Amino acid sequence: MSATTASPWRAYLAVAMTRFKMVLQYRAAAFAGFVTQLFWGFVKVMVFVAFFEASNEVQPMTFSEVLVYVWLGQGLLALLPWNVDAEIAGDIRSGGVAYELLRPLDLYGFWFARTLAFRAAPTLLRLFPMLIFAYWGLPLIGLAEWALPMPDSFASGFLFVFSVTATLALSTAFTMVMHVALMWTISGEGFNRLMPGIVPVFAGLIIPLPLFPDWLQPYLYWQPFRGLADVPFRIYSGHIPVNEALFEIAMQWVWFAVIVVFGYRLLMRARIKLVVQGG
Amino acid sequence: MANAIGLYFRLVSQSVRAQLQYRLSFVLTSIGGFVTTSVEALGVWALFDRFGMLGTWHLAQVAFLYGLVNSAFALSEALARGFDVFGKEFVKTGNFDRVLLRPRSTVLQLAGHEFLLHRVGRLLQGLIVLSWAIYVLDIDWNIGKALLLIFTMVSGVVFFYALFIFQATLSFWATESLEIMNTLTYGGVETAQYPLAIYRRWFRRFFTFVVPLGCISYFPTILIFGIEDPLGTSAVFQALSPLAGYLFFAGALGFWWLGIRYYTSTGS
Amino acid sequence: MPQIFVENLEKRFRVAERKAGLWGAFRGLVHRHYRDVEALHGVSFSIEPGELVGYIGPNGAGKSTTIKILSGILVPSGGHCEVNGLVPWKNRVLHVARIGVVFGQRTQLWWDLPVIESFELLRDIYRVAPVDFTRTADELIELLELSPLLDVPVRQLSLGQRMRCDLAASLIHQPDILFLDEPTIGLDAVAKLAMRSFVQRQNKERGMTVLLTTHDMDDIEALCTRLLLINHGTLLMDGTVKDLRSDERRVLVDFESVPQLNAEHAAFVREQDGNRVTFRVTGRVPEFIADITAHYRVRDLMVEHPPIEETVAELYRKGGR
Repeated sequence: MSATTASPWRAYLAVAMTRFKMVLQYRAAAFAGFVTQLFWGFVKVMVFVAFFEASNEVQPMTFSEVLVYVWLGQGLLALLPWNVDAEIAGDIRSGGVAYELLRPLDLYGFWFARTLAFRAAPTLLRLFPMLIFAYWGLPLIGLAEWALPMPDSFASGFLFVFSVTATLALSTAFTMVMHVALMWTISGEGFNRLMPGIVPVFAGLIIPLPLFPDWLQPYLYWQPFRGLADVPFRIYSGHIPVNEALFEIAMQWVWFAVIVVFGYRLLMRARIKLVVQGG
Repeated sequence: MANAIGLYFRLVSQSVRAQLQYRLSFVLTSIGGFVTTSVEALGVWALFDRFGMLGTWHLAQVAFLYGLVNSAFALSEALARGFDVFGKEFVKTGNFDRVLLRPRSTVLQLAGHEFLLHRVGRLLQGLIVLSWAIYVLDIDWNIGKALLLIFTMVSGVVFFYALFIFQATLSFWATESLEIMNTLTYGGVETAQYPLAIYRRWFRRFFTFVVPLGCISYFPTILIFGIEDPLGTSAVFQALSPLAGYLFFAGALGFWWLGIRYYTSTGS
Repeated sequence: MPQIFVENLEKRFRVAERKAGLWGAFRGLVHRHYRDVEALHGVSFSIEPGELVGYIGPNGAGKSTTIKILSGILVPSGGHCEVNGLVPWKNRVLHVARIGVVFGQRTQLWWDLPVIESFELLRDIYRVAPVDFTRTADELIELLELSPLLDVPVRQLSLGQRMRCDLAASLIHQPDILFLDEPTIGLDAVAKLAMRSFVQRQNKERGMTVLLTTHDMDDIEALCTRLLLINHGTLLMDGTVKDLRSDERRVLVDFESVPQLNAEHAAFVREQDGNRVTFRVTGRVPEFIADITAHYRVRDLMVEHPPIEETVAELYRKGGR
């Protein structure tokens, strides 16, 4: 895996494409996953219907905005950094990484490309059927009141796409941290096992963040995970108005940079550890 | 049969001893499990704090269901680990061949593969919530209801175990992105921890007669609460419904053997 | 009465065709093309109890497929097969209780457990009586020199040590047939010899039937009386190692200086490296040697069989389409 001096980007792209194609092959799993996600989308919607029925007070989010959260949450679920690429994990475990660490920038770059594809491919596979179903399928089967609403405005929709791109980058950065963490076998695996527990909560997939108690809101604002779901979803529904959206997207990228630097620093640490301990 | 049970306990004890070697990891992961499930529970509490009620249901009632279902699931997760990791550790690696080469039931071997100790974190959290709910609710307890509660919990374990077997069977056909399959089991928990009554009719029917989630959570709970079921079921139905979990288990086993037939005719 | 009986065994696999490129990958989502791959084309052979048979063929020839069918974990597409009077895949539990299988690449031992505990678990799994187990295990431990390894977790063993333990593990239940799939792969010379002599003793002293797949010709020469050669799913040869030997001899000659061979002698040349020439001579070798030494100044000379690998490779090439 030696990057040519000419253009490492070409190599990165090739790696990303290969991973992408591989993931596309597994359509049976994709279909089964889609169906189950449909069900759980229904569950969440019905739970919120019952909650909204019970209260006459004005809530921080309208039912329509919650619907956006639920369906986009299902569609973009695979985007979240809750698991690692088994191939990379295998490479680390087998020790093949030792050589690559001699050129950590290349390694980070290659892994980043692979991870990007690892996050993007199943997401795309899942997203479009889910969107189609949530927009058009639901009204067709008589559940129009649960259908995914259109973006709040043309600008909202547009900015949503930008935000999701930032989410992809941010999620890849997080996943990279998880990959690097695996170099410390026991603690790394422990840490990675925490992620699927923490991430959905702070991203807003368990409960939409605005619905958490008021006193928690400031804390929920200053954490990077909200860029993984809360930000793009609320941009879409207009809960984050257009004039704030640009700032939020910028924040996503800021967190992205922070996590990338953190991940890279961690990789350098791993390299030192390897040199000192001999792996 | 006795020999099989003996072998099962032997395998399980091996697994437990192996895990206890890594004591620190066990403690940390257990705590981690306790914390993450507690945070999720707090999420549900936060929603009640905002909205007051879930339809016509109070927090304590939902907490009862939540505790019941999550405890059963945690126990099931600990027991069914072999099936949970089946795709990754047996099919993908070809290790399932070795299972087939041993003169014992594949189910027995996989059942004994691992007993995941650290799920005790989730189990404890579920039991705490359940206990709190029992404390707050004004239930008219008697022997029958107590037995029903235990029976429902056990049936819940059996039911979720069946889901794990089902999930494992699917990996015969598709070994990739199996983590997504976890939505099958985790989604099941989330569905069952709310009263079935809040769902639409077609949904309720599916989760009563096809995948009997409601039978190991909602219906017996109604009887324990001693309230009138808004869905109109009888007390007899409510008392007997957990049996559906066992039927479902039988169905999962049938599907499993179908999966093995497929595996042995197409090779790995 | 053959112990292993295979007749017209066929196996077809359906393989999904992958189209190249990204667009192809998307199309693959919607419409899949499959093609049939024939792994076995009607293989027939029978093995009597107590035979030690080698089963060779290049990668992809159908060896593993055959072994899987014989061990009962794969169902053939056609043909007939009986082992110990049972159809393997139809009577899985009964059948596997009587066979032992060792895969060279994968261990059957529990990774984190000390070797002896793996043995004990296998004793319980195979329902071996404690008395029998003690006797068998002690014997195996002695023969394979496993005493120092018994308390070591399997993951800490070297490959050679692990293979010996796997070999022992496969015999705890005293099977009457042993399938060995590439057992000496990656082993050092000492380990290989130990394994070979052990297998040979089990075969000779206990009359255990052994079917061995391997790429290692030394394994074949050392162990096997009978040889089955398969390529492209077809059995090309069912004979003995002797059958592989022909009358051809290699005559290696070290000349005093680079020889100027006349046309007649040059015709026999297979290889030439400066002073050293390898001649290929079939029959009348002494005459040839006399002839050469009469015409040229020879410093040293050696006669040997052609390596079996070459003969086998020839056969691989000839057979199949």
